[in-house]
Amino acid sequence: MAETKQVLHMQDITMQFGGVVAVNNLTLDVNEGEIIALIGPNGAGKTTAFNCVTGIYEPTYGQVQFYGETILSGMPSGKMRKAYAGDAELKQIPTVRNSPDVITKKGIARTFQNIRLFGQLTVFDNVLIAKHMRARQNVFSAVLRLNHAEEKRMREETTELLAEQNLLHLKDEIASSLPYGLQRRLEIARALATEPKLLLLDEPAAGMNPQETQELTDFIRQIRDSYKLTIFMIEHHMDLVMQISDRIYVLDFGKLIAHGVPEEIQSNQRVIDAYLGVSDDAEN
Amino acid sequence: MSLTTFLQQCLTGISLGGAYALIAIGYTLVYGILRLINFAHGDIFMMAGYFMIFAMASFPWIIAIPLVLAATVILGVLIERVAYRPLRSAPRMSAMISAIGVSYLLQNLATYLFTALPKGYPEIPFLKKIFQIGGLSASFVTFLTPVLTLIIVYLLIVLINRTKIGMAMRAVSRDYDTAALMGIKINAVITFTFAVGSLLAAVGSVLYFTDRMTVFPFSGSLPGLKCFVAAVFGGIGSIPGAVIGGFILGLGETALVAMGYSTFSDAFTFVLLIIILLIKPTGLFGEKTTDKV
Amino acid sequence: MKKHTISKNILCSLIALIAIIALLAFLQTNKSEYSYQISILERAAIYAVVAVSMNLLTGFTGLFSLGQAGFMAIGAYTVAILTIPVENRASVYYVSGISPVIENLECPFWLALILAGLLAAAVAALIGIPVLRLKSDYLAIATLGFSEIIRAVIAAPQLDRITNGSYGLKNIPGFPNLYVAFGLCALCILLMVLLINSSYGRVFKALREDEIAAQAMGLNLFRYKELAFVASSFFTGIGGGLLAMFMRSIDSKTFQISLTYDILLIVVLGGIGSVTGSVVGSFLVTAGREWLRFFDEPLTVAGINIPLFRSGFRMVIFSILLMVVVLFYSRGIMGSNEFSWDGLGRLIRGIPAKLSGKGRKQKGGNP
Repeated sequence: MAETKQVLHMQDITMQFGGVVAVNNLTLDVNEGEIIALIGPNGAGKTTAFNCVTGIYEPTYGQVQFYGETILSGMPSGKMRKAYAGDAELKQIPTVRNSPDVITKKGIARTFQNIRLFGQLTVFDNVLIAKHMRARQNVFSAVLRLNHAEEKRMREETTELLAEQNLLHLKDEIASSLPYGLQRRLEIARALATEPKLLLLDEPAAGMNPQETQELTDFIRQIRDSYKLTIFMIEHHMDLVMQISDRIYVLDFGKLIAHGVPEEIQSNQRVIDAYLGVSDDAEN
Repeated sequence: MSLTTFLQQCLTGISLGGAYALIAIGYTLVYGILRLINFAHGDIFMMAGYFMIFAMASFPWIIAIPLVLAATVILGVLIERVAYRPLRSAPRMSAMISAIGVSYLLQNLATYLFTALPKGYPEIPFLKKIFQIGGLSASFVTFLTPVLTLIIVYLLIVLINRTKIGMAMRAVSRDYDTAALMGIKINAVITFTFAVGSLLAAVGSVLYFTDRMTVFPFSGSLPGLKCFVAAVFGGIGSIPGAVIGGFILGLGETALVAMGYSTFSDAFTFVLLIIILLIKPTGLFGEKTTDKV
Repeated sequence: MKKHTISKNILCSLIALIAIIALLAFLQTNKSEYSYQISILERAAIYAVVAVSMNLLTGFTGLFSLGQAGFMAIGAYTVAILTIPVENRASVYYVSGISPVIENLECPFWLALILAGLLAAAVAALIGIPVLRLKSDYLAIATLGFSEIIRAVIAAPQLDRITNGSYGLKNIPGFPNLYVAFGLCALCILLMVLLINSSYGRVFKALREDEIAAQAMGLNLFRYKELAFVASSFFTGIGGGLLAMFMRSIDSKTFQISLTYDILLIVVLGGIGSVTGSVVGSFLVTAGREWLRFFDEPLTVAGINIPLFRSGFRMVIFSILLMVVVLFYSRGIMGSNEFSWDGLGRLIRGIPAKLSGKGRKQKGGNP
């Protein structure tokens, strides 16, 4: 077997809001070409974990590495140090901060649980905007239209991407007027336009019916292969998760309670308890 | 500067601050509930000044003051009904533009009705009586303003924390929809808030203009902005914050004038605003809000 | 089919352009006769520049800034200080004298205008660092505050020898001819349109729509907000400089908050997010103010003097109109659409239908 590269590594990630520890001592790995799912009951801290990867939150403690480079690293200081309530043992690590845009530039793209499109803009513009980041131009060349070669390239690539995603016929539609399923597709297309290596999907199947969910399963596999992506996703639809994931991480109350291939997770008693709930005496 | 002069300036500053505090509360109340800078609040304050001129022309002060208070409250409530209520679900920018529009309208209306020339503010004899304490001399209104401010603030805090309507106000300021589901009449609460805000503006107006002696159509716009800054400084939505902001502003401004930098006394307000927004964007007593991603 | 409509549109635009140039040529040759009309048109064109620059921020980037008057003041004073002829300066600064630094500093108006824009942009860049972190209404009040601070600094007695304090500056040379005046305004607006329709303009719109999503697209929020703020202030500064050339004499009272409100009114009336709306709004508002002048004159109908009509009534009517627009036509004249000949054609074809009472509800621009 060929050596697999580690794409994402989260080490001891702890995210604390006031006294609430939303993510507690989470360590996980995502390897190149894998589809990894992060599951757990509502409020388990899954989206918070995503926000720690994409730089929306700075982790209270712990490190996030992307292809071996530390992109985020937190160490509680001052008042927070006293209030720190995570399980991870604090070791002195240097803090590294990167804003979400820098992390996107490094090659991590994401979608949002509650779709965030540029609602009043067209489908085409939504994707075209994602191309801006990697364009070689400055404001003067853009205003004086000296960048037409670059602009043309951006437009061609956008057209190509929309064609691949079967969205080209909708290119002049206003994004917010699309039906829900297409909005999700557009959000993924827009994320792909940033040319990511790792794609984070936050509940891509939310609100979809079984047939749409099945289509999504194929779609995710297909984009993984054709764009050479690694995919890390949060999902509630167990059918989808079990079919598609190479490995699964399970969070409950911010803590990692299980990790393994789908078959292992399906038969894991702690996971079943977490989802179904256990009464106190059963636990004792 | 001698001690007497210093104390004299302090007294002036505290008195000005008291008037500012009363207006700032109006901003804070409305912002707390509607999330709207009521740009017209300063102009309501100015109109209260004109109301007083006309009321005093035909009535003794004891009747004139309640009349002015009532008229100002009606004006404030009317503005909310006509200009803000239809835009309640519109984007925030529209409501703000509407508020600026009302302010513009009131200023132009005042110019039309009362001309742009400053009009003399009527003297209320007992307020203008000069008191001597040691080396200090000041009119009664200078002493009255801070005391009255503190009494009103106390009453207001009791109103908000102890009464049913106060509880409703707090609920509406948190969440419209949930408050409505709990059976609170949102419109009534908002009307009540504007009534209280305008009432305080009217009281502030009597105290402020008795000291200034003239009213003109734009005499509300700058004090209005300053008082909004006072409210932001103290933390928008917080009544004690607005009061402290008002006093700091009054004292700071008076100090600058005393030191000979009167051109900068207006700019001082905004410097204060920018400093607080940089250090603690939510103001002294403001609460932090976060966006959910 | 498509090619046909494009060439038709180009033809229409060409005809319109020629008509405008012909009108300018006519006005230029009959300057003294039409000086009143010319002054209205010039003011409207200058306000259009500032309104479009405000729209760039408010309508396209979603930043509600109320600092226009301050940046205009910077531009106006820069142009005034740099262009008042050296030989006239003693008479302008007769009260407190002139600072030796600027005594012999004179440059052609075009250079002064560029410097005016650059200075306003530089100040905006500094102000932007703290204020652009603020959200909606806080941003509005902070920029308003800065505008007042700029005005206070200009009026400060400590700067009397540069800004001439409360006496203001006069003897500012005007526009050499009408083509320069309107050409400069058109150039500024054209540059802003090019910016709005460029890749950067799309980024501005993305910020307006959803900041978090924009960040996830690799766009640095502060960088692009700052860019929009600086670009807008650059053109606002030039607009201020043009206003100084138009008015020939300025003082710090010209640049009060009410000036910002006037511009805001134009933007709202024209449609937030529409460049053509701002331009049309600017001409309508400026001309409308003049047309409405009869409200200020005493009116006598059939021997009876109607008491409402006296000085100040015009502005009351005007502000009521504004409120009506804000409350009932919040999209303004153009909404967020731009002018197109097709839209105009549809509008004109729609008129007879409307008049006959069976008209479908249709407005100008693209639906």
